[in-house]
Amino acid sequence: MTLIDEAPTPVAPSGSSVGRLVDRFEQGLDAPICLTWELTYACNLACVHCLSSSGRRDPRELSTGECKAVIDEFERMQIFYVNIGGGEPTIRSDFWELVEYATDHHVGVKFSTNGSRITDRVAERLAGSDYVDVQISLDGATAAVNDEVRGPGSYDTAVAAMARLARAGFAGFKLSVVVTRQNVGQLDEFKALADHYGAQLRLTRLRPSGRGADVWDELHPTAAQQRSLYEWLLAHGEDVLTGDSFFHLAGYGESLPGLNLCGAGRVVCLVDPVGDVYACPFAIHDQFLAGNVRGPGGFTRVWRHSDLFTELRRPQSAGACGSCGHYDSCRGGCMAAKFFTGLPLDGPDPECVLGHGEQALAGRDAAAAPRPSPDHSRRTGAARVPVAMQPTHRAPEATPSLPPDRPCDESPLAGSGLGA
Amino acid sequence: MPPPAPHPGGVTFDGSLAWTLHPQVSLRPESFGALAYHFGTRRLSFLKSRTLLAVVEALAEQPTGHDACRVAGVTHEEMGRYEQALATLAGSGMICEREAS
Amino acid sequence: MTVTTTDRTVTPAALEDTGAGTSTAASKQLVEEELLVEDVSIDGMCGVY
Repeated sequence: MTLIDEAPTPVAPSGSSVGRLVDRFEQGLDAPICLTWELTYACNLACVHCLSSSGRRDPRELSTGECKAVIDEFERMQIFYVNIGGGEPTIRSDFWELVEYATDHHVGVKFSTNGSRITDRVAERLAGSDYVDVQISLDGATAAVNDEVRGPGSYDTAVAAMARLARAGFAGFKLSVVVTRQNVGQLDEFKALADHYGAQLRLTRLRPSGRGADVWDELHPTAAQQRSLYEWLLAHGEDVLTGDSFFHLAGYGESLPGLNLCGAGRVVCLVDPVGDVYACPFAIHDQFLAGNVRGPGGFTRVWRHSDLFTELRRPQSAGACGSCGHYDSCRGGCMAAKFFTGLPLDGPDPECVLGHGEQALAGRDAAAAPRPSPDHSRRTGAARVPVAMQPTHRAPEATPSLPPDRPCDESPLAGSGLGA
Repeated sequence: MPPPAPHPGGVTFDGSLAWTLHPQVSLRPESFGALAYHFGTRRLSFLKSRTLLAVVEALAEQPTGHDACRVAGVTHEEMGRYEQALATLAGSGMICEREAS
Repeated sequence: MTVTTTDRTVTPAALEDTGAGTSTAASKQLVEEELLVEDVSIDGMCGVY
């Protein structure tokens, strides 16, 4: 595979000038290693922290044929696997057709789900496939903690799905947890839950993205909790996955396993349900929109030549972090976390382990922080929780509080053939 | 189909045998060398040399591992380093011994 | 998935000396540059959920 628009880097045959992995990947690759593909904004749940503000199907969703054309591009680029999510991807009536198309075309699939469509039959089918992995989302090791965030019954649904996968003999599926102030005391319990069902535990960072922006102040771990999380992760090593989402914690000392760098626009990206390509799923905002797969040259052209990704692959300035001895390991943290808390991108992460982020947050105008967009939340009272309120989940009520800005179908199951 | 059991830790690469890329591996050339992803084990390896990529690509057609190194241009001085790299790839199941034809 | 990092061969502990952390890091970096193969976790890149 040759690189376009790039003079070949002189590399001695012995490879001695290749140097650190981090340096190579930060410059970007000719194709992503893997990526997130949100298939639909429709969702049967309404999690308070949803990074994609999902709920309502967008009428401009890619068609089955358009999805297959995107998969063809992934195959040509030799993207190794896609993490299919949403919303709830299994709600799409062509979900299984697309998963099969991807694996038939040498693109591995891991899909993220709340578990609501994992029947015994589905579990058996998945257990029999080498090329499909499953990730069950759960944010509490008990229903009491989980359902506060993900809604009544969601804990039971997730656990039932795990039981079915285990019973079908699917070893090593993923149990994926977003770490919050409320669940960070349950890490051992999450591990036990994963072990019980033969799953691998995955802990990821809460970002102030999507609906997460409204609940971040209450839900993100305290500094003390963050420290204990770091110690726990170090102790568990590679047994527990993190999606490299805690690389900002490298400032504490030893790096956690992973590339320890922001992969957005460099080795990974997001394709959203309407074909928009963003730097990553935590940065769904015009500022991080690189292009659309429906444009000329498709996804390939966006990945290789968009202005945004070209910019991200240039050496980044440490900016205000330049004088800090830890910048080399923490890389200034997460761009999306900074952006949605209204902090400058060339300064500390809001959760900087040295506390520089807290200082910066104190000095900024919170009301001026960028709003995540677009917003596909279902139009209920629970969609926007004012900062002062508790982030408790409420069952969606049919109370339209905002004028419709486009003729979206209300029901997330519309067009799916599954009925409400 | 379950992937073949990886070689036990500490395996050395026996260059006198015939080798091949495992059929479940996707090998992707890059400017710095290559990325190799094993669909069965879900392991990803970063090959840091174009010469190493050339060796791996030559394995299937060459009678022995040493022949593959030779045609790829591995010098005598570098052979130890390349054998170590190939042993690592064998240990993770990326390359495997080939049935003698 | 689990990833072994045996390819990284030399752990920081083995390189430990009484000097500053920078010499340990530099030594570790040198050793890593010697190796032609490194394992990377397919789950080890930030920006995939």
